[in-house]
Amino acid sequence: MAASEHIVGRGIGNKLILFTVILVAVFWMLPIAWTLLLSFKPNSELMISTASAFQPPYTLKNYTDIFQSSGVFRWLWNSAVVSVGVTAGILILSSLAGYGFARAEFKGRDVIFILVLLGLAVPEQAVIIARHQIFSDLKMHNTYPAIILPGLSSAFGVFLMTQYFKAIPKDIDEAAMLDNASRFKIFWKVLLPLTIPAQATLGIFSFLGAWNDYLWPLISATKPEMFTITVGMASTQTNFAQSEGLGFLMAQAIFAGLPVFIVYLFFQKYIVRAVAGAAIN
Amino acid sequence: MTDVTLSSARPVAAKRPGGASIGPRWTNALFVAPYMVFYVLLLVYPLFKGIWMSLLQSDMFDDTSKFSGLANYYRLFNDKVFIGTVWNTVLFVVMTVPVFVVIGLLLALALNRSDRTAAALRAIFFGTSVLSVTIVTIIWKMMYMPGNGAIASVMRYFGLDPIAFTTTASLALPAIAITTIWWIIGLPMMLFLAALQQIPGELYEAAALDNASRARSFWSITLPSIRRTMLVVVIYEIVAQFQLFGQAQLLTQGGPNNASRPIVQFIYEQGFRSWNLGYAAAASEILFVIMAVAALAQFFASRKRVEE
Repeated sequence: MAASEHIVGRGIGNKLILFTVILVAVFWMLPIAWTLLLSFKPNSELMISTASAFQPPYTLKNYTDIFQSSGVFRWLWNSAVVSVGVTAGILILSSLAGYGFARAEFKGRDVIFILVLLGLAVPEQAVIIARHQIFSDLKMHNTYPAIILPGLSSAFGVFLMTQYFKAIPKDIDEAAMLDNASRFKIFWKVLLPLTIPAQATLGIFSFLGAWNDYLWPLISATKPEMFTITVGMASTQTNFAQSEGLGFLMAQAIFAGLPVFIVYLFFQKYIVRAVAGAAIN
Repeated sequence: MTDVTLSSARPVAAKRPGGASIGPRWTNALFVAPYMVFYVLLLVYPLFKGIWMSLLQSDMFDDTSKFSGLANYYRLFNDKVFIGTVWNTVLFVVMTVPVFVVIGLLLALALNRSDRTAAALRAIFFGTSVLSVTIVTIIWKMMYMPGNGAIASVMRYFGLDPIAFTTTASLALPAIAITTIWWIIGLPMMLFLAALQQIPGELYEAAALDNASRARSFWSITLPSIRRTMLVVVIYEIVAQFQLFGQAQLLTQGGPNNASRPIVQFIYEQGFRSWNLGYAAAASEILFVIMAVAALAQFFASRKRVEE
């Protein structure tokens, strides 16, 4: 891809660069490898020293303990509900609004669109105290809607979908209009299927964002049974210094990281394309 | 479908009853209405409510609050802990943003190839970004721990005294910065990669014909071509790193002695630990203003440079 590849006499330089980057990449993976290794060590040994990590015995007990005792499964379930809820909500709202802003004219539309774009500049921290107050007044904290709903106000998806709908040639929906189809039918049957790549991008971003969100669920979900996995993993870290259960904690970290990592491996192509697309726009 | 000639048929279509009309219609607003409900109730309203709350003095005992003007802001500017958090956050931004730009760009330059090795390496550097902050901090606690941590073990192996990174005042913030860079270097790398791939290959071929050195083609072709992306990365990272919270809260608890406490942690603790909601709201407005000013300053500075 890079034209420099074709240039003669730069082969050695390129190899040296590649070698350096591979070395850096190995260092990059060390923390995860270390965590993985410790997760297979018995807790009793780690209490004395982690230096034994490279010698047997290894055990799966830390992982089987997760299945038996901890709240990890409840937290994973909560995270799944919240992330699916946020993703579905964002996809529905952003698709409708994106079509509206790109295609369906009404009075004042362009002014409203600019106001929505301004919303992109508002960081979560600027509204979080008031949001907490709103959900307190409604007595809704420690419920799924309270964790899900604030994420649906993000303007990013609307912006992305509006751009995407605008890029679809107008001929396509105008042809459908001649067939006397209603606006909604055109949106649903003709245009929406064309936006599937954008839906995938937005869906993955929303899912990962909701899964990894920390600040809002930390504030809203105060009961352990309503923790998401991200907040739950934070709660297990507090008495970290006493290395009792160190291996168990490492196993939890690995286990909790697995779902997103699998999502990442499966959708890597889309994620990369999504980031690239965001950069070019 | 696309073969239909539309221009002549358009006015007829607009008048046809039952079907969709092309001109403006109020029912078209129904498409954006569902989103706008959320936008207004959970973004616009809380934004103004937050500003209003920052002007109130809340009373813990009878759960009432009264208007107190700018008292909260005045108190913040005289609060050594708050000023300290502003300083820590700015310092953190200064520590991380240049690294994100330089390392992100270097990785992108090195991995801008279409072979499998480069793809695997890109996946490694980007892969850590999908982890949550809580997993990242567990992993890095295991690196930094003074007794049992990986870095301490290596230092001991070489006969050095282990350093307590997260509990030494001068090292706590750099430790958080290193963790953060490890965590999300992949994003700037990907953004730069996307920009590099937009540069036409002929430019480099022409430079090669002129016997331009690698460094020269970098300065006179690559860098000018990715200037816009550079600006995007800088502004994005400034805004993102000002929001530092989880890494600090979980790795160092803001300590030792407030040495690594960022603004958002201050807001969180004032708001949801001490329940000084008005005070926390005022701090969040200040954070908002600082972020906006930093991003705008960067924007105008670079625009000026481009125009020159």
